Amino acid sequence: MRSRRGRRRSRYYLWLLLATLILIARTPVAADMARRWLPLVKDGIHDPKSPALRLLQQPGEALSRLPADVAGSQVNWTAALEQGRINPRTNILPETKIRVLDTDILLNLRGGTPIVRFPHRQHTVWLDCGNCHEQLFKSKAGANKFSMQLILQGEQCGVCHGAVAFPLTQCGRCHNTARDKPLPAAAVRGS
Amino acid sequence: MNASWREVAACAALAASVMVLSGGVREARAEYGDVVMNNYSDGAGMRPVVFPHWFHRVRFRCKACHTDLGIKFKAGGNEINMLKIIDGQYCGACHNGSVAWSVENCDLCHSAKPGTPTQLHESTINLLGGPGTSAAVTPAASPMTAKPATGGRK
Ligand code: HEC
Ligand code: HEC
Ligand code: HEC
Ligand code: HEC
Ligand code: HEC
Ligand code: HEC
Repeated sequence: MRSRRGRRRSRYYLWLLLATLILIARTPVAADMARRWLPLVKDGIHDPKSPALRLLQQPGEALSRLPADVAGSQVNWTAALEQGRINPRTNILPETKIRVLDTDILLNLRGGTPIVRFPHRQHTVWLDCGNCHEQLFKSKAGANKFSMQLILQGEQCGVCHGAVAFPLTQCGRCHNTARDKPLPAAAVRGS
Repeated sequence: MNASWREVAACAALAASVMVLSGGVREARAEYGDVVMNNYSDGAGMRPVVFPHWFHRVRFRCKACHTDLGIKFKAGGNEINMLKIIDGQYCGACHNGSVAWSVENCDLCHSAKPGTPTQLHESTINLLGGPGTSAAVTPAASPMTAKPATGGRK
């Protein structure tokens, strides 16, 4: 068992981390609302001397045409797909079965921050069930123990969010359901 | 958890002063989900590889690669090499001259600054470098890697 002080200290670090995140999230938005993408030559990973830099597409060229967002790649990928602005291929193997599910799960039912409504549909249009079940999450409501601290460390939801999907600084996109109103009836109760 | 929001405000103030003191607020953002792969490239005298998620996800859903092609969610974790690619696995399932341009365009994939470690570039997690996180995934041990890439090579 961990000591009370240890628990308190780890909670302190969690809050500190969250506060920093909120600040990182807020600062660029306040600084400028216009979307700008670094050219490849300045992104810190491409070799300015590489002959490929003349040939590769600049992020701004492709991403500026897609629905806007304020963080991460500055594209709202859910909207891009829903509005038919992009129609990425679902499979490479012809025999693959495309599985999409349309249920929402309510998570964080006991916390202080707003409830997290996890939508299967917006995930399964991109991902297959096997990308999350059964290794990352058990497919049983309430069977997983979620933790914001682990998410911030790149586990659970943080495997994708903050990596390829919208970043963890967008708290309200996950904590999206008010606690003081009646819970959405159609959603399944998780933990 | 039943923490008070006053606690949050205190931490925010603290974090703000830390950031101001260290000049740590980043204005440039490049969180595109670019994966740098350098398990073997530096050791073989090639530039490391940049895989751009933003470019590919306009054309393919995650499941095309992460299910059909079995690519695991871990930068550097699939131990991709040229033999596998030419054999039609990983990048080679598409970069074969039919779905996309073929493997002879070495520079288009091998475009990173020499010495760039394997990583998911500019992810929130890398940016924070918080407890329990590391800036780069340690590459799997390989006979082809002379040493982990850290310094800048000429
Ligand atoms: C990718 C989705 C996601 C994002 C983004 C996210 N959270 Fe969470 N958060 C969760 C989930 C899921 C839980 C539930 C953990 C649990 O059940 O204890 C949670 C739990 C929490 C908790 C602990 C429970 C509580 O309500 O007291 C706090 C605090 C919290 N989040 C704050 C934040 C803050 C602040 C941000 C933005 C910096 C944020 N979260 C961004 C998914 C997210
Ligand atoms: C992005 C990750 C992700 C993907 C992809 C995903 N799920 Fe889930 N699934 C979850 C999470 C998170 C829960 C909530 C588990 C909990 O409450 O602890 C869940 C819960 C479930 C449940 C139990 C809740 C219920 O509705 O009874 C089932 C069944 C389920 N998923 C089936 C599927 C199927 C079928 C697919 C593919 C079509 C799928 N999931 C794809 C993350 C995912
Ligand atoms: C395997 C990858 C993956 C995991 C794990 C994952 N997500 Fe997502 N999530 C995505 C992708 C991809 C999108 C599409 C939007 C984007 O890319 O920014 C998305 C979108 C969302 C959306 C936004 C829907 C909208 O209206 O735009 C919410 C909310 C969300 N995720 C919450 C969660 C929560 C909570 C968890 C953990 C229980 C989680 N996600 C785990 C990949 C993932
Ligand atoms: C479609 C993308 C792609 C193209 C095109 C490509 N490579 Fe690679 N190559 C990779 C990836 C990914 C790795 C693994 C990178 C790592 O972890 O270091 C790799 C690794 C290598 C390695 C080190 C490991 C090994 O297998 O020997 C060499 C050498 C190499 N490539 C040479 C070449 C040459 C020469 C060409 C052009 C004829 C080329 N590559 C074209 C993606 C590509
Ligand atoms: C064209 C193929 C392709 C598509 C499409 C694709 N990925 Fe990836 N993904 C990769 C490759 C390649 C890697 C790196 C594997 C390696 O280095 O061994 C990767 C790595 C990852 C990682 C691990 C990053 C880390 O933290 O180490 C995550 C998470 C991820 N992808 C999520 C997604 C999500 C979410 C989508 C859909 C929005 C997606 N990917 C679409 C090929 C793809
Ligand atoms: C599912 C198919 C698929 C896989 C797997 C795939 N690619 Fe691609 N890739 C494409 C397509 C399609 C294009 C666009 C080709 C064109 O424009 O003709 C592309 C283009 C690219 C580009 C050029 C982007 C630009 O700016 O023009 C790079 C770099 C690249 N891929 C690297 C990789 C690497 C590295 C891997 C393996 C880690 C990989 N790809 C795996 C389909 C794939």
